[in-house]
Amino acid sequence: MLGLNKKDTYLLLLVAGLVIFAPFLLNPFPEGSAMAQFNAGYPDLMQRFVIFGVFAIGFNILFGLTGYLSFGHAAFLGVGSYAAMWMFKLFGMNVLPALGLSILTSGLFAVLIGYISLRRSGIYFSILTLAFAMMSYSLAYSVLATDMDGPDRQGLLQKGLTGGETGLQLTLEDPRIFGQQTAGEGNIPVPNIFGLEMRSAVEMNVGDWVFTFSVGYYFAALVMLLSFYLSIRIFRSPFGMMLRAIKSNQHRLNYTGLNAKPYMLAAFVVSGMYAGLAGGLMASMDPLAGPERMFWTASGEVVLMTILGGVGTLIGPVLGAGAIKYMENILSKINSDILHTWFAFLPDGLEDFVITLIYPFIGKGWHLTLGLIFMAVVIFLPGGLVEGGQRIARLFKRKKPSTKTPDGKTTPAE
Amino acid sequence: MGILEVKNVGKRFGGLQALGDVNLSVAENSVHAIIGPNGAGKSTLLNVLVGKLIPDTGSVMFDGQSVLGRKPFEINQMGISRVFQTPEIFGDLSVLENMMIPCFAKRDGSFTANAIINMMKDKEIVERAEQMLEEMNMADARDDNAATMSRGNKRRLEIGMCLAQEPRLLLLDEPTAGMARADTNNTIDLLKQIKEERDITISIIEHDMHVVFSLAERITVLAQGTPLVEDTPDNIKGHPKVREAYLGESQDAA
Ligand SMILES: Nc1ncnc2c1ncn2[C@@H]1O[C@H](COP(=O)(O)OP(=O)(O)OP(=O)(O)O)[C@@H](O)[C@H]1O
Ligand SMILES: [Mg+2]
Repeated sequence: MLGLNKKDTYLLLLVAGLVIFAPFLLNPFPEGSAMAQFNAGYPDLMQRFVIFGVFAIGFNILFGLTGYLSFGHAAFLGVGSYAAMWMFKLFGMNVLPALGLSILTSGLFAVLIGYISLRRSGIYFSILTLAFAMMSYSLAYSVLATDMDGPDRQGLLQKGLTGGETGLQLTLEDPRIFGQQTAGEGNIPVPNIFGLEMRSAVEMNVGDWVFTFSVGYYFAALVMLLSFYLSIRIFRSPFGMMLRAIKSNQHRLNYTGLNAKPYMLAAFVVSGMYAGLAGGLMASMDPLAGPERMFWTASGEVVLMTILGGVGTLIGPVLGAGAIKYMENILSKINSDILHTWFAFLPDGLEDFVITLIYPFIGKGWHLTLGLIFMAVVIFLPGGLVEGGQRIARLFKRKKPSTKTPDGKTTPAE
Repeated sequence: MGILEVKNVGKRFGGLQALGDVNLSVAENSVHAIIGPNGAGKSTLLNVLVGKLIPDTGSVMFDGQSVLGRKPFEINQMGISRVFQTPEIFGDLSVLENMMIPCFAKRDGSFTANAIINMMKDKEIVERAEQMLEEMNMADARDDNAATMSRGNKRRLEIGMCLAQEPRLLLLDEPTAGMARADTNNTIDLLKQIKEERDITISIIEHDMHVVFSLAERITVLAQGTPLVEDTPDNIKGHPKVREAYLGESQDAA
């Protein structure tokens, strides 16, 4: 189907199913129950799952296929966000043109950064990308945030191109020449797709459960599915094969009459455009763009997502993005009061002891948990969560004699 | 005029004159062997031919065109393919994919932007790659991971990958080094068969005299960066200078 083989089609359908039913799947616990804390089926978080999924899918095209580790991909995320914001300010609140500009701008930016960074490989490439991202951050934070339309005017460029530390925000004065400048009741209009607002949502009550379906989530999810589909096509194309060949033996490739440079640059630009698209989506869900989106920790996060999920696998980055965003948003919200309600059944002394043990790993300490999980995965499951899944699947298949390749490593699938 | 003309090539590494003043002419459709003791500069000469090294002096002409200053992939596209001392293949790819890459390089050149086309739907390439595997007697290994193959088979695959590009000049750097006798004999047969079946010039560096004398039509003896003699195998065997400089001190001598 759609030019995919059977296995890839199933994978795509599986992901589509998960994404469509996510509002149910991620809300397994009834409202008000002790476990409701673990529900992740609210639009804000689900949007983050799919948006970071897009970011990680794109990152994996570069890192997973070619092995070139970029430490500066957040720069493209930021560029995409700023581009979308400017589209909202100047032309109107429809998200489609905004995303178009996000992709275009980050793509051009990636041509420049990629052209220079790809002169080196290995650790030097990583350092160059990191340097570019930090320069972009400081450009956004201060250099491009100076008053550009003169001290006596209060125009669009009052706070520069990026708005500096507070970020780029929408105002009632923005021209929005193709849309409305002001929404009803004098409010700033919100991002929409042909009038359908991103933040609008329907709630559905089933017994004690509450499920929320929002336009923003489903729009972002659709974009993610398209991105995922495109990445499968890239993985299975001659282009994808060349990229894997670069990772495997660049030397041989050169002596086989192939020029690795343009292939690498194309991979870099495509993955930069994915990041830009993710940045544009962020601005579409919440119209605000700040420089912290370009900070090096944001670049590191997508590396973690990809490795946690499974480098070079199709679905790994999406899983990794989901896992990290889940922990960031769910673990970090658990506090000691919640722990006390959970462990109230224990005798007092033991209860306090257990809570003291767990406490460092929740709330603000969620990074500690993430670190431990990450270490465990890298040491015991170098293929990430996908490898974990494959091992479990193999455990169940044990009974039948295996007809597949011994380690299932020949094709980057799942 | 040979298909390959090397004139007055010199190459220094710091204080070491790796190539002195090399003149070499390889006739089209011949098998030309380059022999010499360790450190004689054989690999260095090959590296100059494929664009890995740029010589300090001299010229290298392939089919009337200079190769100097061109990148390795450009020289390859001119029609020179190289087999390495240790087999260089794409270990993470399947055997079929390994074979598809040179087929793409042959058909589409050094870069094409046909990014999103389904690779397995490119019938022409898949068929050509399968046909090459058939010719190399490797069709059974089609879906294996290339890294899991034996050294002999990796060498066979590498040679097949070079042939898939239909090169006019095939360069081999010690293709049987580290091989068991049986694998060595297989390689000799393979090269003989290649020579019979196609119009191809083969230039081979080899320590194993059995291989050299089974294949070569002409032999150049290199010592300390300069060619000592160039002659037919029979004359080389009895040449006093060669015995002294090379055969005398080699355990592999036939
Ligand atoms: N990149 C380099 N830098 C410095 N010296 C080098 C380099 N490459 C080769 N040499 C030196 O040049 C000389 C010739 O080396 P080369 O590899 O061409 O010899 P060879 O004839 O191929 O020997 P062998 O039979 O051992 O493969 C050697 O002394 C080697 O140490
Ligand atoms: Mg050598």
